[in-house]
Amino acid sequence: MRRIVEIEARLFLRERRNAVFSLLFSTLLLLVLGSIPGLRTPDSQFGGLRFVDVYAPTLIVITLAFLGLQRVPQVVATYRESGVLRRFATTPVDPARLLVAQMIVNMVAALVSIAITVAVGHLVFGIDLPHHPVWMVLAVALGAAALFGVGLVIAALAPTARAAGGIATVVFMLIMFFGGAYLPRKMLPEVVNRIGEHLPPGVQALQDGWLGGTPQPLHLAIMALVTIVAGTVAARTFRWG
Amino acid sequence: MAIIEVSGLRKRYGDKVAVDGVSFAVEAGEIFGILGPNGAGKTTTVECVAGLRSPDAGTITVAGRHPRESRELLGVQLQESELPERIRVREAIELFSSFYRDPRDWTERLGLAEHRDVEFGKLSGGQKQRLNIALALVGNPRVAILDELTTGLDPQARRDTWRVVEDVRASGVTIVLVTHFMAEAERLCDRLAVVNAGRVVALDTPSGLVSRVDGSQRVRFRASGLDPSLLRALPEVIEVDANGDHLTVTGEGNLLHAVTSLLARKHIVAAELRVDQVSLDDAYVELTGGTRAQDR
Repeated sequence: MRRIVEIEARLFLRERRNAVFSLLFSTLLLLVLGSIPGLRTPDSQFGGLRFVDVYAPTLIVITLAFLGLQRVPQVVATYRESGVLRRFATTPVDPARLLVAQMIVNMVAALVSIAITVAVGHLVFGIDLPHHPVWMVLAVALGAAALFGVGLVIAALAPTARAAGGIATVVFMLIMFFGGAYLPRKMLPEVVNRIGEHLPPGVQALQDGWLGGTPQPLHLAIMALVTIVAGTVAARTFRWG
Repeated sequence: MAIIEVSGLRKRYGDKVAVDGVSFAVEAGEIFGILGPNGAGKTTTVECVAGLRSPDAGTITVAGRHPRESRELLGVQLQESELPERIRVREAIELFSSFYRDPRDWTERLGLAEHRDVEFGKLSGGQKQRLNIALALVGNPRVAILDELTTGLDPQARRDTWRVVEDVRASGVTIVLVTHFMAEAERLCDRLAVVNAGRVVALDTPSGLVSRVDGSQRVRFRASGLDPSLLRALPEVIEVDANGDHLTVTGEGNLLHAVTSLLARKHIVAAELRVDQVSLDDAYVELTGGTRAQDR
């Protein structure tokens, strides 16, 4: 198993564009936005906070959505389509391990990417370090797991890798919208924010863990539920060949 | 001693019967061919033997075990089964080696040593196929199943691959070779099962299959003023096909001598005279009811 994870990690990093995007995009976006003076001064529109503070949890959403909805379904559906999973099935090793390895690599990438964002945000813009590190890690892990689960369901149900990519992109756009990537959440209607809180990866729980009080157990429980349901559906419907 | 035994194998997909009562036994140490047109059920049969599909009926044993319990003994190279584009030859070998108790590295013998650091997506067709063989053999199997090994390769790469298969057999591995190339079957296989529409229509050595076809020789020539019924009267002749001046005579025994003697007696000069031996090709076409395999 360790060998599979190791090879998958190397393949992840070898795709330069993918590696740079998933590990550094959020941080680069933060640096670009933060370079605009108006976005790093307190604003009454954001309740006296700066834009960069308000936008911080959305950066996590972007990272998780990219990994879970661009990366996971594409790689998994391609592995099926090109017969990689079938080849694994001929060996004494269960091909499911390949998918588990994918999840591990993407989860580690998510944590590394977010750690970089948090560190840069703190050092450059003085954004608070997570108020509740344990809750924060839990919220990230559950949010990532929920989105990876959705990505796996898409890979399981889509007839081809191309279709998987298409469906995943639509879901990606929606998650980005509800996560406040296109318009800051403070500018979105209340109803959109209420919906967004309950969609993976749980932007409100991420916000709470990073800059607020402790996350609401309900938000975390929903992510756990999404993970379990999506994981079950994916496992039941997945075609290996 | 039979290392693979298949008996009464049936498999259907929805309404379509893919395999309809296939039985055969593969002896240890031989190269056993499964030959047949596209869609005949060859791949389904070997996928059942490899434990990738469950048969609807019938039994399969590999070295006395159920296929699912024999993955350590079996090396499988499947049709259209690739690797991640960016994985390097060395990494693929290391990865698959880690799945087996007693792995063996074939890269040297398969001429892949100088390509160890090349990514899968950048290998040529022949190199990919050699890597496929290396991966099928990495677990040091007793049986290797090779499905459509040389499809899509150029003639040189195909011949190189055949040599590799012969090497592998010489090292003691039993080989099940699925193919629709006649030349490949004739060159490599000790015995062949010809499969058509989900059934085994013949099981024999390549020469045994050829001898089943009526008339093992054919003489073709061009001659004017020869009455075909005179040819038909010769005891060696089975069939005469006349097309204007062009005559094709199928028969056995000393057919050529009989035909040329007749021509000499009648003072007829034959032009463009050719003698063909019936090939496995002809046997195959006859056995599969005229559906000739298409060379892709």
